[in-house]
Parts: sequence; structure tokens; C-alpha cells
Amino acid sequence: MDTHYTATAKLLHWLIALMIFGMLGFGFYMTGLDLSPTKLELYSWHKWAGVTVFVLVLVRLAWRIGHKPPALPAHMPAIERLAAHAGHHLLYVLMLAIPLSGWLMSSAKGFQTVWFGVLPLPDLLAKDKALGNLLETVHFVLNYTLIAVLLGHVGAALKHHFIDRDDVLIRMLPRRKG
Amino acid sequence: MKRIALALLASFAFAATAAHAVEYGKVQPDKSRIAFDYQQMGVAMQGTFGKFVSELRFDPAAPQSASARIEVDLASVDTGSEEGDEEVARKTWFDTKGFPVARFESSAVKPLGGDKYEVAGKLTIKGTTRDVVVPATFTVQGGSGVFEGALTIRRGDFSIGEGAWKAFDVVANDVVIRFRITAAAR
Repeated sequence: MDTHYTATAKLLHWLIALMIFGMLGFGFYMTGLDLSPTKLELYSWHKWAGVTVFVLVLVRLAWRIGHKPPALPAHMPAIERLAAHAGHHLLYVLMLAIPLSGWLMSSAKGFQTVWFGVLPLPDLLAKDKALGNLLETVHFVLNYTLIAVLLGHVGAALKHHFIDRDDVLIRMLPRRKG
Repeated sequence: MKRIALALLASFAFAATAAHAVEYGKVQPDKSRIAFDYQQMGVAMQGTFGKFVSELRFDPAAPQSASARIEVDLASVDTGSEEGDEEVARKTWFDTKGFPVARFESSAVKPLGGDKYEVAGKLTIKGTTRDVVVPATFTVQGGSGVFEGALTIRRGDFSIGEGAWKAFDVVANDVVIRFRITAAAR
């Protein structure tokens, strides 16, 4: 039985991972800037990238539903299995909830999101300052939660690789020849 | 015959008074509004000016003698975000401290037929005065005269947005100013 993830699952995993790390850095950097044309440009690119991540996550979920991932190693105790499943579910929820909260925040603050300046997303919320500020807080809290869960995710992958010495990390990496 | 003549005379007199009786000139600030549309990163944005003083004299029977004057308190701007409001008050934008008021003063009103008029006048923003022609309509709504129109200006013409903002790739050059001035009959 193949213990590796499919090539598509790997590609989506690493592409989204790269985008998430980029977006986290991008997000923290741009919110600290004084208003300038650059800041407005960065905000637009952040929103466009966020919509892109959201779409990629949907593709990934669809792929995931159609392709069962390799089983967890037999040595894992029940509590670790539970933690792994809960962590992965939480990651999917956050990967969808974070762009959603950003989009809704943008609407509530009165800035429509137009994907790459071409495709306008509907404003589901009318302009509402208080709601906009609330959603800003939600966006931040969800991102801090994501950082915490990501630390757990990376920590667990490294533990599997270096302490348990199983194939959990390997099976998400490109195959080695031979 | 005499009676007919009298009746005719009376109806002429009535028509004449009707035509001249209504001059709309008591501006109702609560029913008046000045807003502007602009584009930021290709996204349509809207703003308003909360405070402005306007004078209007409009007699539908004698539109040529109509006049309008609008003074906008630039500090009352609402660009859609607090950060934006603070930014546009700066020297590079309105320079609100140096030029607190934007002014439009009509010089001629040309009827175009129906409710449509062309209002020529001078627009002064940030120390720059330019001749503008504003397409406008004048209608009577609920007993009040409503003077409504939109004018597209180029912010670059008035040095609105200098320095880093001078390029029009992030904030577009065209800004549409839309106004609605409501005035009751005097």
C-alpha cells in the first residue's frame, strides 16, 4: 500500500503553506504602515491573495474528500490520533474562516474586494463601522489561533520525523528516486 | 365681449403671477447632500461632505437669472475611513488648514429643455479656480425645488493628492462630485 500522499495533495499542501506564511508576514507588516499608495496596494494584494488561498483550500478539500489520505502510523496512541485529527480539522476551518473574515471585514469597512482588480466579490455586509472593527478583531484572533495551531502542526511533524522516526513527514515530501 | 376680455386679462395676470411667484431660495440643509465618487485600486469608493453652506435662487420661469453658490467645509469630509479622513486633510491633499473651504459659484444658467440645465461657474479648491460647466436638473419635489447634478473633475487639476499620491494608479484622477440642493420657495 502506498504510504505517500498524492502528488496533487502534496502540491496543494506546500503551495498553501507557502502562501499562508507569506500572508502572515505580509499582514503583520502592512497593518503597521502609515497610509500611503504602497499601503493601499499591499492591502489590495493581500485581499487578492487571501481570496486565492480560499479558492485553493476549497480545491484541496474537494481533492481530500475524493482521495483518502494514507493511514496514521500504527504506533500512535489514541490521544495522539485524536489530536492529529482535531488539529487537521481546525486547520481546514481556519484556512476558510480567515479569508472569509477578511472579506467580510473589508465589506463592513466599506472597501469592496475586487479580485485582482477584475472580479468584484459581492459585499455581503453593508458598511458598519462597529461591525468592521469587530471583524478586524476576529480576523486577528483567528490568525493568532492559526499561528498556534501551525506551531503544533510543524512541531508534531518534526516529532514524528526525529523522535518517532516514522514516515509521517516523509509522505508529504517529494518522493526520492530509488 | 367685455367679459371675455376681462376673463382673458385675469387669466394672463394669473399666469404671470404663477410664473413669477415661485422662486426657490430657502435652502433646506437636511435635504441637501454633497457626495463624491472615486476609484482606489480600481475599486469604486464613495465619500461625502457633512458640512456645506449653499445659496440658491431659482425661478423655473426665469432660469437665466438663477444663481447658485456652494461653500464646502473640507474638514467635514468623510472618505469612508478615519485613516482616509486624516490623510486628505494633509498638505498633499486638501491642505484643509490653508484652504478650509471649496467653493462653487455659478455665472450663467442655460436651459437645455425639460428639467435639464447647464450651469457654468467657477470652482475653487485649494487656491485653484477653474471654469466648469455642470450638467444639472431642476425639479419640484414635494413643494421644494431640487437642484441636482454631477460634475467630473480631475483631482490633478487642483493639486489634490501630491507627492507620493501624484500618480493616478492607486487613486484615480477622475472624481465625480454629486450634489443635491433642496430649497423651499421664498
